[in-house]
Amino acid sequence: MNRASIAWLFLTPALLVLGVFFLLPVLAGLGLSLTDYDLYALADFRNLRFIGLANYWDLLHRPLFWAALGHTLYFVVIGVPLSMLASLGTALLLDASAARFKPLFRTALFAPVVTTVVAVAVIWRYLFNTQFGVVNFVLAHLGIPPIDWLGDPHWAMPMIILFAVWKNFGYNMIILLAGLQAIPFDLYEAARIDGASAWRQFRHITLPALAPILLMVGILTVSGYFQLFAEPYVITEGGPLQSTVSVLYLMYDQGFKWWNMGTASAVAFLLFLVMFAATALMWRFGEGQENAP
Amino acid sequence: MKHGSVRCCLNMAIVALATVLLAGCASSAQQGFTLEFWTIGREGEAVTQLLPEFEQANPDIHVRVQQIPLTAAHEKLLTAYAGGSLPDVTQIGNTWIAEFAALDALAPLQPRIAKSKLVRANDYFTSAWATNVIDGTLYGIPWYVDTRLLFYRVDLLREAGFEAPPRNWAEWQAQMDAIRTKSHGTRWGALLPTNEYDQLLALALQQHMPLLRDGGRYGNFRSAAFERVLAFYMGLFKRGDVPPWTNVQVSNPWQAFGRGEFVFYLSGPWNIGEFRKRLPESRQSEWSTAQLPGPDGPGDSVAYGSSLVILRRSEHQDAAWKLIEYLSRPDVQTRFYELLGDLPARRSAWDSPALKNDPRLRAFRAQLEHMRPVPQVPEWEQIVNMMQQVAARAVAGQLTVDQAAAQMDAQADEILAKRRWVLSHGYEYARARAR
Amino acid sequence: MKPRVHGWLVNGALIACTALVLFPLFWMLSVSFMQPGEANALPPPMLPLHPTLANYRELFANAGMGRYFANSLIISTSITLLSLACNTLAGYAFAKLRFAGRERIFGALIGVLVVPAQVAMLPLFLLLKYVGLINTYWAVILPAAVSVFGIFLVRQYARSIPGELLEAARMDGAGELRIFMQVVLPLLKPILVTLAVFTFLTAWNDFMWPLIALTGQQHYTLPVGLASLSREYVQDSGLMMAGAVVTVIPVLVLFLALQRYYLRGLLLGSVKG
Repeated sequence: MNRASIAWLFLTPALLVLGVFFLLPVLAGLGLSLTDYDLYALADFRNLRFIGLANYWDLLHRPLFWAALGHTLYFVVIGVPLSMLASLGTALLLDASAARFKPLFRTALFAPVVTTVVAVAVIWRYLFNTQFGVVNFVLAHLGIPPIDWLGDPHWAMPMIILFAVWKNFGYNMIILLAGLQAIPFDLYEAARIDGASAWRQFRHITLPALAPILLMVGILTVSGYFQLFAEPYVITEGGPLQSTVSVLYLMYDQGFKWWNMGTASAVAFLLFLVMFAATALMWRFGEGQENAP
Repeated sequence: MKHGSVRCCLNMAIVALATVLLAGCASSAQQGFTLEFWTIGREGEAVTQLLPEFEQANPDIHVRVQQIPLTAAHEKLLTAYAGGSLPDVTQIGNTWIAEFAALDALAPLQPRIAKSKLVRANDYFTSAWATNVIDGTLYGIPWYVDTRLLFYRVDLLREAGFEAPPRNWAEWQAQMDAIRTKSHGTRWGALLPTNEYDQLLALALQQHMPLLRDGGRYGNFRSAAFERVLAFYMGLFKRGDVPPWTNVQVSNPWQAFGRGEFVFYLSGPWNIGEFRKRLPESRQSEWSTAQLPGPDGPGDSVAYGSSLVILRRSEHQDAAWKLIEYLSRPDVQTRFYELLGDLPARRSAWDSPALKNDPRLRAFRAQLEHMRPVPQVPEWEQIVNMMQQVAARAVAGQLTVDQAAAQMDAQADEILAKRRWVLSHGYEYARARAR
Repeated sequence: MKPRVHGWLVNGALIACTALVLFPLFWMLSVSFMQPGEANALPPPMLPLHPTLANYRELFANAGMGRYFANSLIISTSITLLSLACNTLAGYAFAKLRFAGRERIFGALIGVLVVPAQVAMLPLFLLLKYVGLINTYWAVILPAAVSVFGIFLVRQYARSIPGELLEAARMDGAGELRIFMQVVLPLLKPILVTLAVFTFLTAWNDFMWPLIALTGQQHYTLPVGLASLSREYVQDSGLMMAGAVVTVIPVLVLFLALQRYYLRGLLLGSVKG
């Protein structure tokens, strides 16, 4: 057997699995979104109708879809910068020469990343309980009246944002830390000798050096945050007053709670389009910044 | 990591896997077979105590009870249907029977009734039996009946100046206003959690106008009758008689009721047992039950209840029927009531002393003769959930009565679109009729 | 700023951050040992007054946690083993074996990363349902058997294997498969451990797909079982925290033991090669 055929042999398991369990369903999903597959069709295939783009049309006219999209965008637009700030801040702290016990702190700050979302979401629900939660207890000591995190539509999403930031900032922190450690120390030395303040060093040495990593990490985080599902599912069940329904939650609700699979597939594809557009925009923006003088 | 230790780990993994697989095989090598029985909510605990006698009488049947939480029950049943993991026999809410019949998931039970000595149709409450008949075919046997009526604090009502519970809406509103005033706003009139649909539904069914029109093809929420109900319901919140809370914010309603945070509580029979258990003996005289007040007098309530159904795909349908017959025996129904507080669906079971002489059950017995079923369409669960979500937004001040009714109608019409097509093309129902 | 003050500020900030970050996990552990209902009090207790194992007992005796734990273990282990095999073979092939269209196919695989997994979930469910695999372990294991990220990792690492080593083995007359098993695999050991840790952690923590594909309670994994319990036992914080502990501790321990490999993989995967 020549080398090329062996190569194909090595590739076959992977390509087979990806083809059958990913590519095929994605294509089928596109097809599914053009039908009105629902409980009737689940009971009997003959109840299935091909309806073209009607699902997409209905969704784009449905207030709940736009609300879900709005909530998801709210989550992304506020959550990602917060998360990146937390990651950058802690990375800078860990990179500082004055920091002690670095491996210990690094591990501790990273720990939330490996925990199971469901488990910590459950913890979060109790911590933010209106009556008995620790958070409201601390706020009370600071003189702030109790906030109804789980019952007030204005505060439920901020609570979820806090959760996502807490859970994920460690991941980017590690990457940014590696990036920081790759910046040659001489640059800082030279700047210090020239009399530059810490802030100016940060702005003119650190940030430009980190820019490509920040962009890449930003795109990955945005992409991940668009896929908000587990938190609303476990903590708020989409409530209160459906203020935490994300696009994926809508997809799950339509597809696996009410079995309107045609509609749910259309939701999934619309999400894909939005994500693609957002990340492509960020990529273009980043490239533009890089090429700028 | 050493090469040897990798192999060692692999070996351990294989041994572990093998053990688990063998364990799975071993358990199915018992005598007889296992009957899978799903229960919803607390019924499972009570049923487990009734089963030893059944298993003794039927030694080759071993019943395995699985409890599904109430809030997830509908979802779980549908998911099990889609995934092909439904049990042999299950408890099912009677408002869901139309849905599962449309899915062709349930076995028709009429032939078995004809041959049975234990299950006699005329012994059951009429409205309860009717909810199990879809398009002329019987799909379930009522297990217990359930409805919604008023629980109230007798002592607090007396404090506000009233000796008797309200008999109509006007009286009810007046009583709640008085409670608010006399307690200087510290006590609420009633608790109607805004994320539950039972309360609005019960009130809506009191109007003798169907919630869906045209054979269940369109919503009827813009009718004058329903708008009147919606206005009354929203009015309760607007006047401050009822707090705009969800059941998440009142995670312990029994404690709240005991502390007198509200006087009226629109709820179901399981709370008879709960209040008996959770309030001390000395305070048991402080609460009672009353029929739901209607717009012009004592009103109807919703005909809830659970039925026992046999799944069409089950391989043990005869054994499943034996279990249903056993659980339908009047004496077993009475024992079941004593264990949990669920009300028997058979009139003869109500003749037992435990049920006849309990004063708190009188209101329930009366209400049971005044129950109205929900529309029997497969999409009902979806529609009623939507109704609750729109109503919650209206209560929160985001919609007026007219806007809310219009939205409910529009969304109901959308949900029922497929049903209209299926009915007009006759595929599903023609098959059902042909059976 | 004086170095001393600077040092205090930096370390102080680090300690504060760490305390804030670890607090929920500490609280989870603490409440799991509390008496039923103890945590629902004001002021919220930080430490249990009379620590008890009752919640854990209840969890395994009545809530069926033991079953969920076993399911998670079986599924995660199977996925790890299977994906190690598939990803390593593919990654090595992309790195070191020459064949027509190698770069283009690899580029297409990277394109797969752009599509969110949820797009495939609905049709995949229907597909598996029609072949009768829904509600079996395979429904969760097979789709996870290959990950493009894993292939990418292996390829990155395998590129550093000196070509001369392979050429020498080929000259000695060894077949490609033998070269892979006896020359390449030992060299790939570090990345294999990394991949194993990564895969196991991801599989253990996976929630959405097992929620969809495992429709019967007897097959639930820990996250799915925990979510289901959380709907039921809303008030029972002690029991829920015990469940959270059981779900989180295995992966935390695994991570702590092998964090060197995990973090290396994380960095390798994100820095462009």
